[in-house]
Amino acid sequence: MASYDLIVIGGGPAGYVGAIRAAQLGKRVACIEKERAGGTCLNWGCIPTKALLKNAELYHTMKHHADDFGISFSNLKYDWEKVIKRSRSVSDQLAGGIEFLFKKNKIDYIRGVGGLAANGKVEVIDADGKSELHTTENVLVATGCVSRELPFLPFDSKKVIGSREAMNLPKQPKSITIIGAGAIGIEFAYFFNAYGTEVTVVEMVDTVLPIEDNEVSKTLEKSLIKQGINVMTSTKTVSADTSGKSVKLTVEPAEGGESQVLESEVVLVAIGIAPVLPNNSEQIKLERGFIDTDARYQTSVPNVFAAGDITGPPWLAHTGSYEAVQAVEGMFVEGHKPKQVGLFPACTYCHPEVASIGLTEEACKEQGLDYTVGKFPFAASGRALAVADSEGFVKMIFDKKHGEILGAHMIGGGATELIAEIGLAMNLEATAEEIEATIHAHPTLAEAIHEATSDAFGHAIHI
Amino acid sequence: MAAYVTMPKLSDTMSEGTLVKWLKSEGDTVGMDEEIAEVETDKATMAMPSFDEGVIHKIYVKEGETVPLGATLALILEDGEEPPADADTPPAPPVEEGSEETAAAPATDKAAAPAKPASAAITPALSSGGIRVKASPVARKLADELGIDLSRVRGTGPGGRIVKDDVEFAPVGGGGSNLGLLPSNDGLTDTNIPLTGMRRVIAERLLESKTTIPHFYLNIEVDTESLMDLRGKVNQASLANGGPKYTVNDFIMRSTVLATAAVPEVNASFMGDSVQQYGEVNLSVAVAIPDGLVTPVIRSAQNKSIKELATELKDLAVRARDKKLAPEEMLGGTITISNLGAFGIGHFDAIINPPQSAILSIGTITKLPVINDANQIVPGQRMWIGMSCDHRVIDGAVGARFLSELKRFIENPFLLIS
Repeated sequence: MASYDLIVIGGGPAGYVGAIRAAQLGKRVACIEKERAGGTCLNWGCIPTKALLKNAELYHTMKHHADDFGISFSNLKYDWEKVIKRSRSVSDQLAGGIEFLFKKNKIDYIRGVGGLAANGKVEVIDADGKSELHTTENVLVATGCVSRELPFLPFDSKKVIGSREAMNLPKQPKSITIIGAGAIGIEFAYFFNAYGTEVTVVEMVDTVLPIEDNEVSKTLEKSLIKQGINVMTSTKTVSADTSGKSVKLTVEPAEGGESQVLESEVVLVAIGIAPVLPNNSEQIKLERGFIDTDARYQTSVPNVFAAGDITGPPWLAHTGSYEAVQAVEGMFVEGHKPKQVGLFPACTYCHPEVASIGLTEEACKEQGLDYTVGKFPFAASGRALAVADSEGFVKMIFDKKHGEILGAHMIGGGATELIAEIGLAMNLEATAEEIEATIHAHPTLAEAIHEATSDAFGHAIHI
Repeated sequence: MAAYVTMPKLSDTMSEGTLVKWLKSEGDTVGMDEEIAEVETDKATMAMPSFDEGVIHKIYVKEGETVPLGATLALILEDGEEPPADADTPPAPPVEEGSEETAAAPATDKAAAPAKPASAAITPALSSGGIRVKASPVARKLADELGIDLSRVRGTGPGGRIVKDDVEFAPVGGGGSNLGLLPSNDGLTDTNIPLTGMRRVIAERLLESKTTIPHFYLNIEVDTESLMDLRGKVNQASLANGGPKYTVNDFIMRSTVLATAAVPEVNASFMGDSVQQYGEVNLSVAVAIPDGLVTPVIRSAQNKSIKELATELKDLAVRARDKKLAPEEMLGGTITISNLGAFGIGHFDAIINPPQSAILSIGTITKLPVINDANQIVPGQRMWIGMSCDHRVIDGAVGARFLSELKRFIENPFLLIS
C-alpha cells in the first residue's frame, strides 16, 4: 500500500496526460490501467485506424491511379496479416512510449482494474484477482468508453463486432454492413472498401457524418458512393438474424416504408459508445450513464474528479486530454479556475478527409446569425493538382459585422492538418482580416484557407 | 495659399481634442494668432489660435465633436483664392504606423471617419508608460463598435488578454450608449454621462494617487482669533483705499508658503530611487469649476506677498472658471492647498496631487467656547487643518513639524507680513 496525492484510474489520453501534468506539478501520482497505457485512442482507436487507413489509401492509389503517375505492374497484391500487424506495431510502439513517460515522470504505473474504496482509498485488482489498497488525496476517473451495441444485435466478436474487433480481423471479410455513418463507421467503410470488401453503410439520418456541415457531408457521400460504397441514409435497422453463416439485417426507410434484407459476412456496429465505470462507483452521480462533473471536474463525491470520454460528449482524445489537464491544475495549482472544453476540431480520416471547427452553416442559420460564407475548391489549388488529390474544398464562415470566424469546414486530402490553423485563429479570436493579412506559402493546400477567406468578402484571386 | 486647420497638440499628453465652440464661422476673416475655436483637451478648455490668415472657407468638425490630433478642422483660403476641388471633404488625418487601433481597423474605414474616441481616450497615459493593451481582434472591433475603452476592461484570456466575452460584459462608458439603463417604474430614468477630458484625467490621476501612494493623515486645530482680527483690520484699510478684500485663504496661502520654506522636506517628490526636494515653493490651489476641479499653480510663491498671492490666485481662479487656463499653468506645483471652509466643512482629508507629497485640507472657522490660559471658558475661534502625506517622502514627525510651523504662522499672523 502506498499513498499518493493523485491516483488516476485509466491510462488513456485523459488519464495519462492528467497523471503526467500532476507529476510535473511535483505531486506523487499513480496511474491504474487494466490493459495497456494509451487507452482506446492509442491501442484501439485513433492511432491503429490511422495506420490501417494509410495502408488502404496507398493500396487504393496503386490499384486505381498507378497509371496516372506512370507506374504499371502486373501483380499487385497485399498481405492482410501484415496490414493488421503494421497497425498493431504502431500502437505497441506508442504505448511503450507512454510507459516510458510514466517512468520519466516518476509515476507509479499500476496494472489492474481500479475502483473506489472508502476513506480516500483506491482498490486495484490485478490480473490474478489479487486486491491492493492505495491511499490518495485525490482521484481522477478517466476510465473511458467502449463500443455500444444494439439491443437486438449483441456483439459476438466474430460476425457482430465493434470497432475494436474490426481493426483486428484475422481475415478480410468479403462483405460488411456498417451500422452508423459517424466518423468511426465512415473510416472503416473507406478502409474495407479500399481493399475490395463489399461495404454497405446504414445510417438513420439523411446524411453521412451528420454532425458535419451539410455541404461537406453531401460531398463526402457522393465521393464514397463513387468509390463503390453502398450508402443507405435515412435507413433504420429493425431486426437481425445471426443464425446462419452470415448476418441478415432487416432495414427500412426511417420514414417508414418497404423493408429489405441486407446480408453480409460481418456487421460492424458503430452507433456510439458506452461508459466504463470504475468499480464501486455507485455513489457517483451519473448523467445519462456518464459521470456528472462540476465546473472543477469534481464528481458528486468530494475529491473524486473525472475527465475524458467517461464524462460524456464530445468523445474525443484531444478534448479528454484538455479536460484532464484542467482538472489536475484545478486540484493542485493555487487559484487556478479550470476551463471547460469550448472550441475543438473534429476530424474524419477517410479519403477525402473531413475536418471542421466551430459552427456549421446550418447552426449559423438556426441561431439567426448574420454570416457570410467563402469557399475554395481544391480543384483550383496548384498544390492539390500537383499531388493529384484535388477533390473537395475549404469552406469558411464569418460573422458579417466584424469578420469573426464562426466556423471552418474542409473536405479533401490534408484537411485534418489544415484545420489546426483555424483552431489557433479562432482561439485567438482572429478575424478574416488577420487570415488575409497572413502570407500563406505557395504552393500549399493552406492557400485554400486564404482564398476561401477572401472569397467570403468577394475578393478571392484564383476563382 | 489654401491652409488646413488641424487639431493642435495643446498639451503633452493630449491625443485628441473636443471642439467645444467655433468662435468664427464660414466666411469670416481671421488673422494670424486670432482665436478661432475653443478646444477641450484632457487637461483644460482653451482657445485655439489660427496659424494662418485668410477667410474660413469650410468648417469640417461640428461643435461637440471629438477628433484625434492632426484631424482637419477647417480650411482657410487667402482672400479671393479659388477653393481646391476637394474642398468639401477634409483630407484624412495622418495615422501613426503600427498603432494598435489602425492596425486593427479595416483599411476602408480609415478615410471614412476619424478614429472613434473611445479606445484612444486613455492611451496617452498608458502608452507613454509603454503598456500595450492585449486584446483579440474580435474584442477590438467589438469595443470600437460599442465605444468601450479597452484599457479599462479586465482580460480573462491567456495572460490577461481581453477576449470577446470580456468586452460583451464590460460596462459601457464614454460612448453615450444606453445599454442596461432602463427607465424605472416611477418614470425616473438613469443618465449616462460621458466623461469629459477633465473628468477622465481626474479619475485617472486620483485613482493612481490613492492606490499607489501610501497616504497617511495628520490633523491640527488652529486658533484663528488673531488672524481674523488682523484680516478685519487689513480689509478695512484696503477697502478704504479702493483695494481688494482679502480672504482667509490668502493668509493660509502665505502661512503655507512660509511653513514649507521652514520644513522643506515636505516640498518634495518621490522619484522611485530618490527623493527630489524642490528649491522653490510652487503652490497649487484647488479651484472648483462647474464640471470638475483644476489646480492652477502660483510659481515661486516664496517670493510673493499676501497681496501678490491673492491677486494671482484671483486671476487664475477666474480664468479657470472660464476655461482659459493654459495647460502649463496647472503644471509644476510642489504642494497643494484644498480649502472647503467656505462650504462649512469642519475637517476632511484630501487625496495627494501627484507627483507632490503633501496636500493641505483647510476646514471652516468655527466660533466655540474655549478654555483660556486663566482656565476660564471664553468665546474662541478655531479651524482644523488636515495634511495628507506620502509616507515614502514625509514621515509622521516631519509632517507634524510642518503643521506646528503652519499653526505658529497662522496664530501669529504678524509673522506673515515680511
